Amino acid sequence: MDERATGQVREAIRRELETDARPRSEAPAPGKGVPVIELQNVSLAFDEPILEDISFKAFEGETIVIVGESGTGKSTALKLMLRLLIPQQGRVLVDGEDITDLSFEDALEVRQKMGMVFQGAALFDSLTVLENVAYPLREHTNLSDEEIERRVSEKLEFVDLEPDEVLDKLPSELSGGMRKRVGIARGMANDPEIMLYDEPTSGLDPLTTGTITRLIMKLQRELKVTSIVVSHDIRSSFRMATRVALLNERRIVFLGSPEEMAVSDDPYIQDFLGGL
Amino acid sequence: MSELILRLNSRAKSTVLSIQEYFTLAWNALRFIFARPFYTQDVIQQMDEIGVKSLGIVLLTGLFTGMVLALQSSIQLQTFGATMYIGRLVAGSMIRELGPVLAGLMVAGRVGSGIAAQLGSMKVTEQIDALNTLGTDPIKKLVTPRVIAALVMLPVLTIINDMVGIIGGNLIATLMLGLPTSLYWRTVWEQIIAGGFVFGVIPNDFVQGLLKPLVFGGIIAITACFFGLRTTGGTEGVGEATTRAVVTASILILVSDYFLTQILLSVLHMP
Repeated sequence: MDERATGQVREAIRRELETDARPRSEAPAPGKGVPVIELQNVSLAFDEPILEDISFKAFEGETIVIVGESGTGKSTALKLMLRLLIPQQGRVLVDGEDITDLSFEDALEVRQKMGMVFQGAALFDSLTVLENVAYPLREHTNLSDEEIERRVSEKLEFVDLEPDEVLDKLPSELSGGMRKRVGIARGMANDPEIMLYDEPTSGLDPLTTGTITRLIMKLQRELKVTSIVVSHDIRSSFRMATRVALLNERRIVFLGSPEEMAVSDDPYIQDFLGGL
Repeated sequence: MSELILRLNSRAKSTVLSIQEYFTLAWNALRFIFARPFYTQDVIQQMDEIGVKSLGIVLLTGLFTGMVLALQSSIQLQTFGATMYIGRLVAGSMIRELGPVLAGLMVAGRVGSGIAAQLGSMKVTEQIDALNTLGTDPIKKLVTPRVIAALVMLPVLTIINDMVGIIGGNLIATLMLGLPTSLYWRTVWEQIIAGGFVFGVIPNDFVQGLLKPLVFGGIIAITACFFGLRTTGGTEGVGEATTRAVVTASILILVSDYFLTQILLSVLHMP
């Protein structure tokens, strides 16, 4: 990439960082207290290596965005945090508790601290929106039907959906953006302390992308949840991230604030930012 | 040459691994029948899906199988002038063999494909991962209810299949061969008691005819869930999983039928 193009990209990113008048995710000083999620030298391979020696800590209230090219194991990293996958080497800690060797049943418990938003929303297609969002509440609490419906409506309102309009609809009757929002509502239904997002804005139009990005920031700001976002959309990533982790060739090659990333001299980072 | 051996080796390993996974799934699915939480709603829904909705095809297969049995055997029996025993032949074949096996094969086709396709598409759209994430064991929520429903409904469907088949035989015997209905049913009853009784009350034929569908029910549900849950590769994978589920379940039904018959005959007809 030539000098001029790099300059233009940096300028665009600087503008993105400065002109966004809405309160950006405030960076809580990292290093305080027990990390909410910690990966220690994690390696994973199926037929070939996918992640090698990955280490990072996420502290309370942070939004860490993991970016990288397709197929670099970003989504796999999320599955490790949920213990849907078990690393061959290294440890995964949630709230300081080592979840690497937990039994299947105990892992189900730990996962209740986390809300996950899947790439395609992964709503249960035989259930209505109400039943989808209510699922974690029905499964793990003894709340009355009225109370459950009240909470579901509250969550749907939080994600800017009109409960009366969508409650009885099936996922197939919703648009892509609405499905994503219902997915977020379901993820946050039992008030988890950690939210994980797998490509929350992929396949959405620019306007909806903006809406979802603001929603993730709203969750972080108002509910103080710790968020890990996997994304390849640099623009929205820079807006919501307190820190950005860049994955390349199975390793984390950069971990720092968006500002630090924008001014980095590393040729790969420049290439990655320029290749938008 | 050594490459061929290596390939055979890895093929053998993956086959053994699959068999191990199959039995682990079967064990877990059966174990969870007695473990909380119980998904009663799902069990009832699956009973409707597997049992009630299969009624139509089971009625049709039963009726026509009974009719064709009566028709074919009448020709054989006429040679010996023994047409009056047609009820024995139809009842014996239906209750011991054709009822369970045909109900099993029909349900394997209808329900096995449905289960594999449903779980397969849930797998490729990450809904299985979502269940896990929301703190639910997918085996407990999805596999166990289907296994319970199949274990209960297949014997029920088989009884209906047997009954309709024998009635079909009756139709042919009366309408085409001119055999009185009362005589037909008397020979049916003779066939049932001729096989002997377990504990002096349950006819041996009934034990044989109901143990088989119980096993077939388990085979259908577990095989379909097994292939559904290991679906990979998008919608194409779902199609492949469906085909494999039906083919494997059908073959397992026929093979296990032979061995079950062998075992049951030696156990039930002990002096």
